[in-house]
Amino acid sequence: MEEENKKGIQELLDGYPQEQRHALAILQSVQKEYGFISANSLMAISQYLGTPVSELFSIATFYKALSLKKKGKIVIKVCDGTACHIRGSAQILEECKRALQINEGETTPDGLFSIEVVNCVGSCAMAPVVICGEEYHGNVQIGQADEIIDQAKKEVENHE
Amino acid sequence: MSKEILVCCGTGCLAKGSQFVVDEFREKLGERKDIRVISDVKKVGCNGFCENGPIVTILPDHITYYKVSPKDVEEILDSLEDTPVERLLYQDDQGKRVRSREENPFYAPQHKIALRHTGMIDPGNIEEYIKAGGYIGLQNALEASQDAVIRQVEISGIRGRGGGGFPTGKKWRSCLEVSSDMKYMLCNGDEGDPGAFMDRSIMEGDPHSVLEGLIIGAYAIGSRQGYLYIRDEYGLALHHMQRAIDDARKKGFLGKNILGSDFDFDCEIVRGGGAFVCGESSALMASIEGKVGEPRVKYIRSVVKGLFDQPTVLNNVETLANIPYILTHGGETFAKMGTKGSKGTKVFSLVGKVNRTGLVEVPMGITLRELVYQIGGGIPAGKAFKAVQTGGPSGGCIPESLLDLPIDFDTLKEKGSMMGSGGIIVMDETTCMVDLARYYVKFLSEESCGKCTPCREGLRHMLDILARICEGKGELEDLDLLEELAITATQASLCELGRTAANPVLSTLHYFRDEYEEHIVQKRCPAGACKELIRFTILEEACKGCGICAKHCPTSAITGELKKPYTIHQDVCIRCGNCKVKCPFGAIHVE
Repeated sequence: MEEENKKGIQELLDGYPQEQRHALAILQSVQKEYGFISANSLMAISQYLGTPVSELFSIATFYKALSLKKKGKIVIKVCDGTACHIRGSAQILEECKRALQINEGETTPDGLFSIEVVNCVGSCAMAPVVICGEEYHGNVQIGQADEIIDQAKKEVENHE
Repeated sequence: MSKEILVCCGTGCLAKGSQFVVDEFREKLGERKDIRVISDVKKVGCNGFCENGPIVTILPDHITYYKVSPKDVEEILDSLEDTPVERLLYQDDQGKRVRSREENPFYAPQHKIALRHTGMIDPGNIEEYIKAGGYIGLQNALEASQDAVIRQVEISGIRGRGGGGFPTGKKWRSCLEVSSDMKYMLCNGDEGDPGAFMDRSIMEGDPHSVLEGLIIGAYAIGSRQGYLYIRDEYGLALHHMQRAIDDARKKGFLGKNILGSDFDFDCEIVRGGGAFVCGESSALMASIEGKVGEPRVKYIRSVVKGLFDQPTVLNNVETLANIPYILTHGGETFAKMGTKGSKGTKVFSLVGKVNRTGLVEVPMGITLRELVYQIGGGIPAGKAFKAVQTGGPSGGCIPESLLDLPIDFDTLKEKGSMMGSGGIIVMDETTCMVDLARYYVKFLSEESCGKCTPCREGLRHMLDILARICEGKGELEDLDLLEELAITATQASLCELGRTAANPVLSTLHYFRDEYEEHIVQKRCPAGACKELIRFTILEEACKGCGICAKHCPTSAITGELKKPYTIHQDVCIRCGNCKVKCPFGAIHVE
């Protein structure tokens, strides 16, 4: 998303009542809007809700959906739910890591891709599953991860 | 008679392109005036047989087509008044093409209550739910006393479908008996067990049944405010649930004076943050309060002091989906199905190394053998069955000798596993039980909230030991230590996550100890799954020297001359398995 299209943090905060019970929801929308939660965002939320920064920090580091580091433009989620695991998700993950030359949880230097291992996306009947951006790929075979990543790269290039 | 076309648009079918099928139907129907089809193509929820999606059903003929692509649409439309399209019908085990679900071995033994509407109605249309008998349960409830409603639920004998199996009626009654101005009614849609996806399917495919169950529960316990805690990853479920709430409010099923009574209730959705432990009741409540999702010690139960320190009832999605049925048809009808201690039906997600995978709803007490071999159609590729894992990370593994075990809450617990949310993961001879134990312990150690020591530290040490064994560096004494740690975590952890965390270890140790010992003594993985203990080699007599393996080897570990047997260099091989998959002659051997 282009910088100017991003909502300001204040605009995001105004959408929620000033109650602590909305802390998680606010952090989720910040994550969605910016791709990560910056120190400045944490300070702003803290002031708005009257919740200590330390508490917000512990929420931000506790939940998997939240990240203090900026993630890649396209997040490749390799599902390692049980069904995917016994149908060979470990090898699919290795393949993604080789193709992008990064480890799980890391982002490529150009900021394009991140790899994440997720625990079950509830699509077990099509295991193993890889989610590239928003797109689900089921019954992924060994050797197919390369194709998925190549395709995503092309789509990004076409977009630009 | 006018036909009706139903296209499955659950997450599974959507991933396989069912939206394109819908678009194609709509386009083609616009062009053709010769066919009489009821208004529009209906987008329905998950049919459960996701691996064969996209699924299209034609009513009133009850013809179901599988793996439909947009290019099949024309042919289906042509056939509406004629014989069905043979090649898109399901082929049963005898090779016969079957038209309806009643003849399909995957669907035939099923009995749907929780999934009664899923896959049949448009989840985005409240009128369809009402037409199918929806909100009658609520009406019946509101005409009866709180006590009478709970009485019906008690008669039904329904137990919590989320894993614990606590009797729902008993939970409601204890909350009713607490007097308080404010009570909360919650729905647990934070389905986190890897291998289970029934809650997602129900929320996606029939959100109103969950909502109706929640409203009935709220009336029974005397609550005015409810929350549905739903995983953030379940985009479609969140969307459909929100729409259901909005529509129900417009229709007067939510809000003030529901259906003209003096009962007020409203609810909202809270999106989960992606933490497995938040499926635990007290952690879930902490999360709704906007705190870190850590469990608390439950000397005082949630029905007395739960969310915001007020009496609270938390029910699972599948449990709530059953409630309207009970209030419509009576508790006794529900109790006719199932076993002595576990009434009704249960939705299982049958996945893993099995021919037919998907969501199945069957009466409690069905045997594992029926599930795996009759509904699931056995193990693919002629491999041998090894075990089933039930109950997610808190459950255990059940070996072949116990396949005739009737499944219910109590029998599974007795055998060292549990019902959990209903994941049934089938494993064949190529699944390594030590690796599986390692997998679950790794999952749980990552998801442990870290509050209590036996779970936080115990799991980490168990993981170290299991990793060591998988790498061939284990000692026989490790097994005793493993057992000791497992028992300590079971006895001394604070919440159910820790108390059940050792189940995968204890059950595999109990039933598959020889496999552990083989890893330790012979440094061999009998399933050929532990990377450090296997070698890929090329069988000279089978290799035709085509060079395909070498071309696909990411580390150039395979060399050779065309038309002569190739060789794998073990020092460079990373054991990715590419060559084995690509070899057209089956010449790659794993040892």
